Amino acid sequence: MIEVISPGPSATVQDLGRPGFAHLGVSRSGAFDRSALRLANRLVGNDEGAAGLEILGGGLVFRLGDATTVALTGARCAGELDWGQARTFPAGARVAVGPAVSGLRAYVAFRGGLAGPAPLGSRSTDSLSGVGPAPVRAGDVLWSGPTPTGEVDGAQAVAPPGRPLGVTPGPRLDWFEPDAFTQLRRSKWVVRPESDRIGIRLDGPALGRIRPGELPSEPTLPGALQVPPDGRPILLGPDAPVTGGYPVIAVVDEADLDLAAQLRPGETLRFR
Amino acid sequence: MIVKPYGDRAALIETADPLGVRQAALALPGVVEAVPVAQTVLVRFDTDRHDLDALAQLTPVPPAEQSVGAAELPVVYDGPDLELVAADAGCSVEEVIRQHSGGRYTVAFCGFSPGFAYLRGLPERLQQPRLASPRTSVPAGAVGIAGEFTGAYPRASPGGWRLIGRTAADLWDLDRRSPALLTPGMSVRFIAT
Repeated sequence: MIEVISPGPSATVQDLGRPGFAHLGVSRSGAFDRSALRLANRLVGNDEGAAGLEILGGGLVFRLGDATTVALTGARCAGELDWGQARTFPAGARVAVGPAVSGLRAYVAFRGGLAGPAPLGSRSTDSLSGVGPAPVRAGDVLWSGPTPTGEVDGAQAVAPPGRPLGVTPGPRLDWFEPDAFTQLRRSKWVVRPESDRIGIRLDGPALGRIRPGELPSEPTLPGALQVPPDGRPILLGPDAPVTGGYPVIAVVDEADLDLAAQLRPGETLRFR
Repeated sequence: MIVKPYGDRAALIETADPLGVRQAALALPGVVEAVPVAQTVLVRFDTDRHDLDALAQLTPVPPAEQSVGAAELPVVYDGPDLELVAADAGCSVEEVIRQHSGGRYTVAFCGFSPGFAYLRGLPERLQQPRLASPRTSVPAGAVGIAGEFTGAYPRASPGGWRLIGRTAADLWDLDRRSPALLTPGMSVRFIAT
């Protein structure tokens, strides 16, 4: 049993999401930094896709009802959980994850994973449509599942370095000025504060369109860089709507989307 | 068909038959998802080594071979925009109701929110633009029209469709084996009650 004393700025239950239902209008959801969740699960001996907590900016405090092995990955946070190393706490322990010191989204995995209903095959909270559990609140009690057969990994994990995000041209590159894709890769982009799991909004030189008017809505994917009329791209996150009408200039490589999850408001990023 | 790359794991296909292309694409090896909308299908693969040429050569599955089903939605025609729709259509409210409930519709695709089906087959004079200013809240079950589409809101949300009625049909239920009542390709009728 895990009793949440404080969720911090925002905490949600996330696993690897619910792909395969976009044709019914359901977002993919799941951990924004998927490799971080996978790593946290491996450290505590879980299946990589087990549900854990995605916490924004750290700040989570919880009490353990039973002796439990816990691991923290993603954003580096102050506090008693060492980044990237599993640790077993005794029953009754109060564990505080401090504020994030680098990165934005941290992942806490519990040995056994978080149990609970899995609508459409996933325990993830979808912040857009409300599928899955509500965001975690103070006083919530979470339960871990059965002890897995996998062993706890005693090794210290290595954090991936920050680097530019790889992009490939999107389906509507021809809606933009000829140098727009080059401009996208040569410019510095700043993460705007109004960014969330639905999309990371970027500020930088406006990407010029040569085709006016609207595009009929098209299916989208997390990682797509949509460009509204103001020319400032929006990088779609895991809870983004499954269709959208703004032209997509480029798409972030799937493996690099995890890096985007760790970008803080005000931080700069580059594409390559 | 035109195939355009969509990142390292997906492609966007422009086609006049998104539902047929979706069915055909799902049979290809490595395809994990095929999402149709009005004029395009997004096909996602499980690796970055995929074959765009195979997509360009797809033969759409004909509608007769798609198992899609049918649904009837009971509607109370008392929406707040009925008179606006009648005025723009140049007819009476009764005629709007007669035309909308007399239509034969097909689910072109789902989007906007879980279980929100875009239905094609709206009589021409009911094909009207969205509201100039969208409502901040539309109740669950509201039946509306927008452009060439009609549909019903599965849950309360903001929305800009012109509202002509409401249905008690359970459009989205996660406890049901198939949560969405209306799925792509299905034929749909509205029954005035």
